[in-house]
Amino acid sequence: MLPFKSTRFALFTALAALSASVSSAQMLINGAGATFPQQIYTKWFDEYQKIDPSVRFNYQGIGSGGGQKQILAETVDFGASDGPMSDDNLAKAPRTLWHIPTVAGAVVVSYNLTGNPQLNLDGPTLASIFLGTITKWNDPAIAGQNPDVKLPADDIVVVHRSDGSGTSFIFTDYLSNVSADWKQKVGKGTSVSWPVGLGGKGNAGVAGQVKQTPGAIGYVELAYAHQNKLPFATLKNASGVYMSATIDSVTAALAAATIPEDFRFSMVNSPGIAAYPICGTTWLLVYAEQKDHAKGEKLVQFLKWAYSDGEKFAAGLDYAPLPEAVVKRALDRVQSIKY
Amino acid sequence: MPGPGSRAPDIAFKWVAALAASMIIVLIVLVGWQLYAGSRMSLSKFGPSFLWSSEWDPVQDKYGALPFIFGTLVSSLLALLIAVPLGVATAIFLTELAPQKLRQPIVMAIEMLAAVPSVIFGLWGIFVLIPWLRDHLFVWLRHYFGFLPLFQGPIYGVSMLAAGIVVAIMILPIITSISREILRSVPNLQREAAYALGATRWEVLKIAVLSYARRGLFGAAVLGLGRALGETMAVTMVIGNRPQISASLFAPGYTLASVIANEFTEATSDLYLNSLFELGLVLMGVAIMVNIAAQVMLKSMTGSGPIKVN
Amino acid sequence: MAASPYLPTERFARWRKAKSTAVTCVLVLCALAVIAPLFLVIYFLIVHGSSSIDINFFTQLPKPTGEDGGGMANAIVGTMELLAMASIVGVPLGVLGGIYLAEYGSDKANDWLRFAADVLNGVPSIVWGMVVYLMLVVPFKTFSAYAGGVALGLMMVPLVMRTTEEVLILVPQSYREAALALGVARWKVIMVIVVRTALKGIATGVIVALARIAGETAPLLFTALGNNFWNHNLKEPIAALPLQIFAYAISPYDDWHRQAWAGALVLMALILALNITVRILSRDRTHNH
Repeated sequence: MLPFKSTRFALFTALAALSASVSSAQMLINGAGATFPQQIYTKWFDEYQKIDPSVRFNYQGIGSGGGQKQILAETVDFGASDGPMSDDNLAKAPRTLWHIPTVAGAVVVSYNLTGNPQLNLDGPTLASIFLGTITKWNDPAIAGQNPDVKLPADDIVVVHRSDGSGTSFIFTDYLSNVSADWKQKVGKGTSVSWPVGLGGKGNAGVAGQVKQTPGAIGYVELAYAHQNKLPFATLKNASGVYMSATIDSVTAALAAATIPEDFRFSMVNSPGIAAYPICGTTWLLVYAEQKDHAKGEKLVQFLKWAYSDGEKFAAGLDYAPLPEAVVKRALDRVQSIKY
Repeated sequence: MPGPGSRAPDIAFKWVAALAASMIIVLIVLVGWQLYAGSRMSLSKFGPSFLWSSEWDPVQDKYGALPFIFGTLVSSLLALLIAVPLGVATAIFLTELAPQKLRQPIVMAIEMLAAVPSVIFGLWGIFVLIPWLRDHLFVWLRHYFGFLPLFQGPIYGVSMLAAGIVVAIMILPIITSISREILRSVPNLQREAAYALGATRWEVLKIAVLSYARRGLFGAAVLGLGRALGETMAVTMVIGNRPQISASLFAPGYTLASVIANEFTEATSDLYLNSLFELGLVLMGVAIMVNIAAQVMLKSMTGSGPIKVN
Repeated sequence: MAASPYLPTERFARWRKAKSTAVTCVLVLCALAVIAPLFLVIYFLIVHGSSSIDINFFTQLPKPTGEDGGGMANAIVGTMELLAMASIVGVPLGVLGGIYLAEYGSDKANDWLRFAADVLNGVPSIVWGMVVYLMLVVPFKTFSAYAGGVALGLMMVPLVMRTTEEVLILVPQSYREAALALGVARWKVIMVIVVRTALKGIATGVIVALARIAGETAPLLFTALGNNFWNHNLKEPIAALPLQIFAYAISPYDDWHRQAWAGALVLMALILALNITVRILSRDRTHNH
């Protein structure tokens, strides 16, 4: 006997709602991880639901670090990361874990300054800003590269990620490449010990913080800057050319990269003359042998769809599709997933 | 007439009830044990130095709790500094001054404030409070009190002070309502005696009421502290999430609860995860000790009468 | 000042009066400062929330990241489901525990149990999330609605237990004695007579507990996780209003900010509805306090 009527009623209605929803059971495949590709992934899953209504993909952007950890703990069906997993972490996996590259993208340096001026920056300046050695917007190092911009004497508010992030990995990988100081003091990783700044959760959190805070500077995936009309800097690449982040300049960086057998590669500070310097690819983390036959089958079907039809959504959301040769290799890998 | 056999369901029922009641103890042990088990690796690796090391560097796999302990204490104490005077004053107003007609609506409004979830305070903090603090209050503070290290340095909006203010708002209801209970438990005889001596209202308050209730009010403050320490969502949204120890209240900070909220699902190395569990252990230890202290203080104040805590 | 009370001049009496009035003014200002935030929060909730609520909000699923439109239908239902599951865990444990405290148990043991319940009540909610993650998410290898429900349910236990005890004690001893004298078994006396008499009070306690946990976000982060779709299986992640509000509030999208306000308004309305129910239920009990 339940102790009283009103709650009994509430419970009954709630349970009725529950059983109604349970009866129409659809398969749910859970994934979690990077927020860098969240826009295209959620778009894919939304579109794919129309093609195969019997399955839904639930994707939670908890950060690349989270994607790696949760796939290792097998609490999700696939992980997502835009920093490759370390050898140590891969060794912890209970079974073979594969990196399946999906799209490439750019990490842009966005800022919140009155009038939204277009800034030029080079790697060492960027490193100094994030190291906290440059603290004012009108610092000569910034002003020297932007003679036409009237810079305020305000404090620079650095914004970085507070969660373990592949976007952070790509960004710190780049800074380590261009600044010995950064490499020695901070290094690269999905979570690092930031010398200065505020923490924001997810790409969305950093973009939100930059948008809310005058004088802020932060790094986000290109689409987040575009959608929120945040200006972003043109960066000096390895060949000394100031390049803006576009699909073309990401594709140029991809073209110059060599991609190993296990698909774990870095493409920051690319030597390509038309390449944007802070680019990265993003991976799904998938076990080579799927435990659940039905889920494994659906996952493979989805991945095949993503490579054939899904990639066409990439450009519209500011991601660069992978070169055909890479797609072919990735498809081979996908087809060898056992379930 | 019941035969001797009908004792069996009676005994069974008693045991089921006893089992349910003992779940309370089981849960406390379980929580403590899980946190301890989860943090064993960092406990043995760092030992007690975990508590006073200020490094939090997942790349080097080195972890220390100091910035988070600092952030938790500073934001909570700031909150107390704001909430205790306001809350106690409101309680005095309600029990000693307010016309009968006003009391009920004010009490109701305060109860409503207590019902607002943390995440809504966070939302309000981001879009309403922070812009106002950044553009007005903080600028004003820096202008007039900028000679103090507390109010120096760049203004971001999100900051230790913002967190303190939001937490203060969140603990105001509990401090006010418990202070009110305490003041109501002061015998009327005390007040009447003071009035009979010709004391003014303020003198009655000071001599008869406050000195009598001092200990209980302190207990109310400590209970508020217990609440403040564990506040998670609203703090995460307004404190800036940066593990640093800074003299300036305009600087961002980080608390035990908010670093767990941000990093728990994504700690990639075992030691990293263990360290987060140890932060949880520290947080729970401190929160429970503060709570016990408050309970003890309030109990001795009000005798056996139950103090409503929720 | 300390020496002056022995100089009863008129000037001094006026000074004392003035001081008392000043203190009164300060107290009034403080009371205003305490209720001001409430009105500021409610004001902005209504202003931003009501202009953001539309029919889509209640009927649609969230859109892909960065696209405008969509709603929180799944999160609203998800919160209801989580509350139902929390009740299934928290109500029986809390009510039975309360019965033990009120009807059985020695004074000494009860003192300790009450004390323990108050201590448990002080465990930060984020800690519940960590513990349930270890207990249910890691072993079963999935984030789930169950885990979220259990985390919230365990938080309810001490609350429900204490209020149940309080209202059971108010049931007159003569009721129990009369029934026992008729030879009714004790457990029947408790369940049929004592609990039924105190039913309203117990219900009030449960609803107070539900109102308290309905807005909890921290314990759900590592348990329920969130879901962009309907939850069709409680063994899978589930959406919840507080989670969705959090995710949308810290995002950069204006449309998500709009929906965060709308979600906050709906969540607040739900919690207020629970509190109003409590008021109605306890109206005829207020004389006891």
